[in-house]
Amino acid sequence: MEKFQIENLDLYYDNFQALKQVYLNIPAKEITAFIGPSGCGKSTLLKSLNRMNDLIEGCRITGSARLDGEDIYGDMDINMLRKRVGMVFQKPNPFPMSIYDNIAFGPRTHGIKSKVKLDDIVERSLRDAAIWEEAKDRLKKSALGLSGGQQQRLCIARALAVGPEVLLMDEPTSALDPISTAKIEELASDLKKNYTIIIVTHNMQQAVRISDYTAFFLLGEVIEYDKTEKLFSMPKDKRTEDYITGRFG
Amino acid sequence: MRSHFDEQLALLNKELISMGVLCENAIAMAAKALTEGDMITAKNVDAFDREIEQKEREIEALCLKLLLLQQPVARDLRQISSALKMITDMERIGDQAADIAEIVTMANINESDDTIHIGEMARATIKMVTESIDAFVKQDLQIARAVIDYDDVVDSLFNKVKKALVIIFGTSGADSEYALDLLMIAKHFERIGDHAVNIAEWVVFSITGNHEGGNQL
Repeated sequence: MEKFQIENLDLYYDNFQALKQVYLNIPAKEITAFIGPSGCGKSTLLKSLNRMNDLIEGCRITGSARLDGEDIYGDMDINMLRKRVGMVFQKPNPFPMSIYDNIAFGPRTHGIKSKVKLDDIVERSLRDAAIWEEAKDRLKKSALGLSGGQQQRLCIARALAVGPEVLLMDEPTSALDPISTAKIEELASDLKKNYTIIIVTHNMQQAVRISDYTAFFLLGEVIEYDKTEKLFSMPKDKRTEDYITGRFG
Repeated sequence: MRSHFDEQLALLNKELISMGVLCENAIAMAAKALTEGDMITAKNVDAFDREIEQKEREIEALCLKLLLLQQPVARDLRQISSALKMITDMERIGDQAADIAEIVTMANINESDDTIHIGEMARATIKMVTESIDAFVKQDLQIARAVIDYDDVVDSLFNKVKKALVIIFGTSGADSEYALDLLMIAKHFERIGDHAVNIAEWVVFSITGNHEGGNQL
């Protein structure tokens, strides 16, 4: 079943066309990887999926992107969209507050005030993001005291705290060491039981390791989209083959 | 951008060709020993077999190094994994040639009409081995498929040998031990044909991603 249906999506930054006629069906509860050289449009498409591009002046989008059949550029409330579609960035960006308050921030914004409920959400989110054991004795301490890898898992926990359906991850491990990277990858594979995950990565091996589907982007176009195993063993398009085997890019 | 990797892949091809040449030589020498009753040649096949085994180790090490260092995907992955599988069959070809030569030395087989079809089998299998490696290096699907089809020729020669041997077994006073040795030798050649088919099937996989045996990427 598809979570996102993207049809004939064009995106312009003023006169520059960053995405060209993108058609993609993103399956629910699977991990989909977006790969391609810098400037190919993969992060742009990712950001379009929870309307982060709305903040950029001169950005214009045509075509449609539907979440469970509902056009996200139609009447959908943008706050509700971002509650349903969470995002994790390249660089961990914890708020300068306690671990507990980082996680409780989103639920509080959505009106949850009960301490019991918040305690429960904080513990569940930290557990789901595989950082509970490391954080449980320092919940009231600043999140900035955590290591880079821990901060990134905290950011994932923060994204999970508002009960999203989709997690967008924009190169979530590019600033992390191999151990932290392995933990995030393991976590992503665990989380797909309950969430749809879309990950932008420059690390081809990471796409192979954790994703079920891969889309290869080049100059704003989706060149090839297939099961990851298929795309990395028998790519159909020569440009895909040349990119993944390091012949250009 | 990936010139070092390309050089290593070219080296892999070169090594496979040289292992293929060793296999061809081993089969040719075993056949010569058989058809000419040449004991010295027969004893030399063993040295080829050892050299083939050594080559297998070297190519295996190269493939594992490439898998580790280059983490290949797509065509590169198929090429390296196929090479890893092919060398196992090539090594077995070396063993079969050595086994043929050993029987020749033990049985003291003399040149006779009975060995004619076996000589043809030897030539047919040499052709198959040569062309299967050729298909890999050129990544030529047509040559690979032709090798697979050519196995029918070897099988039909094997049947001819068997029929000829049945007549010998039925003749009173015939040298049954001699006939049995010939049967075993023919069987070894038939197996060499099968190994060449396996090699060609991995060539098909390396080009198409589909293995004739049913595995599909």
